[in-house]
Amino acid sequence: MTALGALITRDIRIALRVGGGALIGVLFFLTVVVLMPFAVGPDLALLTRLGPAILWLGALLASLLTLDRLFTADHEDGSLDLIVMSRTPLELACAAKALAHWLAAGLPLVIATPVLGLLLNLDALSTSAVALTLLAGTPALTFTGMIGAALAVTMHRGGLLLAVLVLPLSIPVLIFGVAASQAAITGPSSFGAPFSILCALSLVSFVIGPFAAAASLRHGLD
Amino acid sequence: MTLIDLANPTRFLALTARILPWLAAITAILLAIGLYQSAVAPDDYQQGATVKIMFIHVPNAWLSMFVWGVMSLAALGTLVWRHPLADVAAKAAAPIGAAFTFLALVTGSLWGRPMWGTYWEWDARLTSVLILFLMYLGLIALWRAVEDPSRAARAAAILTLVGAINLPIIKFSVDWWNTLHQPASVMRMGGPALDRAFLIPLLVMAVAFSLLFLTLHLAAMRNEILRRRVRALQLIQVAQASQRRA
Repeated sequence: MTALGALITRDIRIALRVGGGALIGVLFFLTVVVLMPFAVGPDLALLTRLGPAILWLGALLASLLTLDRLFTADHEDGSLDLIVMSRTPLELACAAKALAHWLAAGLPLVIATPVLGLLLNLDALSTSAVALTLLAGTPALTFTGMIGAALAVTMHRGGLLLAVLVLPLSIPVLIFGVAASQAAITGPSSFGAPFSILCALSLVSFVIGPFAAAASLRHGLD
Repeated sequence: MTLIDLANPTRFLALTARILPWLAAITAILLAIGLYQSAVAPDDYQQGATVKIMFIHVPNAWLSMFVWGVMSLAALGTLVWRHPLADVAAKAAAPIGAAFTFLALVTGSLWGRPMWGTYWEWDARLTSVLILFLMYLGLIALWRAVEDPSRAARAAAILTLVGAINLPIIKFSVDWWNTLHQPASVMRMGGPALDRAFLIPLLVMAVAFSLLFLTLHLAAMRNEILRRRVRALQLIQVAQASQRRA
């Protein structure tokens, strides 16, 4: 347990320090959201309608951008080999790394959402709905993305491949995340059903992600 | 002859060389019968002649999922038993499965235009099959990204098993969500809802397409084994040449 705690604090500390790059995700999120009014025009009514979708898309792309960090740096300086060889089960170590990554790179996206919601003319209810769905959904993005990150780190030049492998897996999260936020804002349909499915997706990814990532690290790093 | 005996590629090559011509012939005959039967099948009272797209569309859609299932079994063979032919089977199946999925999407949208009034609709069945197609492409990209075939096989096996989650979602998407795509009408509780005049040609076509997959798959596996042998021979040649120079 102490080993996992040490791993989490170490990863968060590295991510937040200079060169860690966790906050680059937030900056990218901001940039994507700012670009949208230029693409669709500064029509506030339209932006309000598209707001949840834009925020979700931005968060998805931002979390994809930082996924590369999950294993690459550790692979380069050799600490990934130590983690693989250590007595701590690799599945738990992967889960701890993903949790640390989410705390450092995913949670800031959720916290930034209210500010970005203002830019898209979302009211308090809509913003909180989007933030709540992002809070429930971004762990699924990190934990399924970890599978792609683990596959990509075992091969050279895996960066671009990562996006191709991860994006299809994240489509269900996007669908139910946007569906839940739209239901809370406008829809006649209930908020509960898509939100429960979103939470279920996160829970499933907690189980599958660490096992698949550990398997691919174990088979790939030899 | 057990599965272990087939692990020897030479024995596999010899066996498939004997089987393949027969298999191809049976596939051709069944395809001809199926196509003839679907051509003379009566028009639907509502859909008219467009119902005949079903005889191509449904087998393709079934096989798009079946091939991923075959690849998942091969992935288990790679990860659990380290079966040497499992790698080859998984690699050879991916492009064929992608082709079946693509054909299912294309024939489906050609059928959708006259029936639903649109080529594409973002409903659950169509979206989940599109995701399947994207995952086939990602898997092929993964196979091509790693040079060492056995390492590529293990990475691809993990991705295949993760992607297998999509299969039940595709199968039950028409029951879980209220979709434009019709619910299952052949494999369902209480027997098929299809008339015999349509059911028999459809089943013949399904068997013919499955045999077509089997034929193509075995041929692709042979090609892959031979390709690996050529590569190994080339590597030996290069090594010998550099030795002689040294």
